[in-house]
Amino acid sequence: MQSIEQNNEQWSPRIVAFFCNWCTYTASDLAGVSRLRYAPSTRVIRVMCSGRIEPTFILEAFIKGADGVLIGGCHPGDCHYSEGNYKCLRRFHLLQRYIVEMGIEKERLRLEWISASEGKRLQEVVNEMTDTLRQLGPSKIKEVAETIVK
Amino acid sequence: MIKKNDEIKIGFYICHCGHNIAGTVDVVAVTEYAARLPYVTVSRDYKYMCSDPGQELIQKDIKEFNLNRIVVASCSPLLHENTFRTATAKAGLNQFYMQMVNIRENDSWVHTDKDMATLKAKDLVRAAIHRVAYHKALEKKSVPVNPDVMILGGGISGITAALTLANAGKKVYLVEKEPTIGGYMAKFDKTFPTLDCAACILTPKMSAVKNHPNITLWSYSEVSNVEGYVGNYKVTVTRKPRYIIEDQCVGCLACIDACIFKEAKFKDEFNEGLSKRKPVYIPFPQATPLVVLIDPATCIHFKTGKCPQSCAKACDRNAFDFNQKPEVKEVEVGTIILSTGFQPFDPHKAPYYGYGKYPNVYTSLEIERLVNASGPTDGHVVTRDGKEPKSIGIIHCVGSRDEKTNKWCSRVCCMYSLKLAHLLKEHSGAEIYNFYIDMRTPGKGYEEFYDKLLNEDVHFIRGRVAEVSDWAISKDEEGKLLIRVEDTMIGVVRRIPVDMVVLAVGLEPGKDAQDIRRIFNISCSNEGFFLERHPKLAPVHTFTDGIFIAGACQGPKDIPDSVAQAGAAAAEALALIDAGHVELEPNTAYIIEERCCGCQVCINMCPYKAITFNAEKSKSSINEALCKGCGTCVASCGSGAIFQNLFDDEEILSEIHGVLVE
Repeated sequence: MQSIEQNNEQWSPRIVAFFCNWCTYTASDLAGVSRLRYAPSTRVIRVMCSGRIEPTFILEAFIKGADGVLIGGCHPGDCHYSEGNYKCLRRFHLLQRYIVEMGIEKERLRLEWISASEGKRLQEVVNEMTDTLRQLGPSKIKEVAETIVK
Repeated sequence: MIKKNDEIKIGFYICHCGHNIAGTVDVVAVTEYAARLPYVTVSRDYKYMCSDPGQELIQKDIKEFNLNRIVVASCSPLLHENTFRTATAKAGLNQFYMQMVNIRENDSWVHTDKDMATLKAKDLVRAAIHRVAYHKALEKKSVPVNPDVMILGGGISGITAALTLANAGKKVYLVEKEPTIGGYMAKFDKTFPTLDCAACILTPKMSAVKNHPNITLWSYSEVSNVEGYVGNYKVTVTRKPRYIIEDQCVGCLACIDACIFKEAKFKDEFNEGLSKRKPVYIPFPQATPLVVLIDPATCIHFKTGKCPQSCAKACDRNAFDFNQKPEVKEVEVGTIILSTGFQPFDPHKAPYYGYGKYPNVYTSLEIERLVNASGPTDGHVVTRDGKEPKSIGIIHCVGSRDEKTNKWCSRVCCMYSLKLAHLLKEHSGAEIYNFYIDMRTPGKGYEEFYDKLLNEDVHFIRGRVAEVSDWAISKDEEGKLLIRVEDTMIGVVRRIPVDMVVLAVGLEPGKDAQDIRRIFNISCSNEGFFLERHPKLAPVHTFTDGIFIAGACQGPKDIPDSVAQAGAAAAEALALIDAGHVELEPNTAYIIEERCCGCQVCINMCPYKAITFNAEKSKSSINEALCKGCGTCVASCGSGAIFQNLFDDEEILSEIHGVLVE
């Protein structure tokens, strides 16, 4: 975790970003093609649909040291698989409550609808979330989890 | 979460992409880093991995080092996954043992800090190397392609695509929402830059569509639903009632003469409201199909029920059916081409040009009808009050290249404005002023056409028009429209009095583009035009396999480009059809029966009804043919009984560990 060791001003949080193949991953490609600059904080994991994202993935990401988890899916009504994003939304609300119980600030988990054409929105969301996480500082849950395991 | 298996031998390849990646990511450092990761046997960097030598490098290594997993760090998998899968397969390794890492679109192109970009690349590479160890050998599922094609939109693009496919012997369903095909081109008088008659080149194509044995033409129809997948789409088309039995009508037009309205008094849509029509009408004399229709909003029968129905009595073929209801058709097709076109910018949204306020401010489309020999004035250029204009101002970029309205260049307006300037001059002899901010004439013979206009006594004033008004301040301005503009060539504000103003309106996405996009599950660009799969390499593909786009629904386009793109879309559809089958991604889900507890949570999750419950065994199972591979059921399964190929839990979890833990 060499990035965390740098001082806070320089510190770049690590965001595990689960993007759906059809909308947000394509938006991420578009941001690239349009050379939109944003914070180098995201680590994208592509899934076919935001409906595939299990709570386990998100919790696992936090336990292994993610400072934030960003989920990107299609806008409601636009899901390539009709309604996977709605199912994702339901899980998201439950999970956001749950992580607070675990001692993870709810701002560390974010869900955004970003369509394939919204490269600019992707840029904004990543930058915003990075700023929020900079204010919160590094997530402590990894250490807590490791202590418990010990 | 690194897989413990000594048999795994990973080949890692990182692409410079010229300077695209290597300019921001230290590729050599990543190569050296990857070489130290578990199971990595070979780690190499290369200038262009997607090139032939790049692909051969992978193949050679697979054979030489007995590699059984490949990781390529380069561009987006949406662009080149297939390239590297094919290269892997060519060396005899199952193509699904390959994983791509996107360090261009997701990294080098969006970051400036070299250290951070390199750190990010290492994280992503580590994730892929962790993940690839869990990959399984999979087979692509092959499904047959239905040879029939549906084309939505019967403008010049749809017509061209339909004829191309039909001439190749394929059955085509051409669906058009208007009562006739022809689109906007049917309204034009002449086409730039050759000034050949639009109708003379279009109408033979329209009748060819109507008479082609392989084309089923459904005008006045809309698609209401689409199901299925590439090669096997099921499309529901709703045919709106014309209140005329299409097969009975021969287009004699006796009913129109017999209509109880002696005078036409309703706005004629085809002539942009410059003439009137009756409630029973035909859009224009060359309409295809040549079948009349009744507009229930204006017809006395529909409004009061007290009409002697003189139209129906005049029909000697009994073609009238006032009780017609929308008719629903269901067809199965393998591929779909969308050519739904555009809509012209509504100049009411730019009130400073006075459209709708001053009767002698026209849109370009209205002028197309006005100068048309078959138009409302038989081609005579007269203002709405019947006078012959002595001076005409043509304002460019109305609803284009403007932060207040639409930002994009509509591409065709410069050329059609020049054409209209020529035609107006020819028809009226008036003084013509063109107000432009830039002259854009990129096309074969277009610059030459501009040169020709420069020599035709047409005035060109460079500057964006601020306002059109009727506020005369001198005697010779009275009764005229005043165009206020800064002439940027001489640096002064000018007032040009004219009798007629033509607004060169730009092109916008069609008003139902968003509905169509949802029905067909495709994406739109920021402006609302349909998004192509790749702007350079796949300009007629969409992200949905088997659905292609052509013409102005993809972006502003002139006739030659629309026709060329329609041909390309038809060729892509043909390529799919003649291959006979298409291979589908194997990312479907499956249930391990022993682990299934029979809770049936997954069944409600599946939008495709692909999961069924066997009550006898108290287990669920997935029908692979119906599964589209979203993975929603996998995420919902509490007993961990459902798996998804390519996106298994252990694959995704290893990726999560990989991006975070060194």
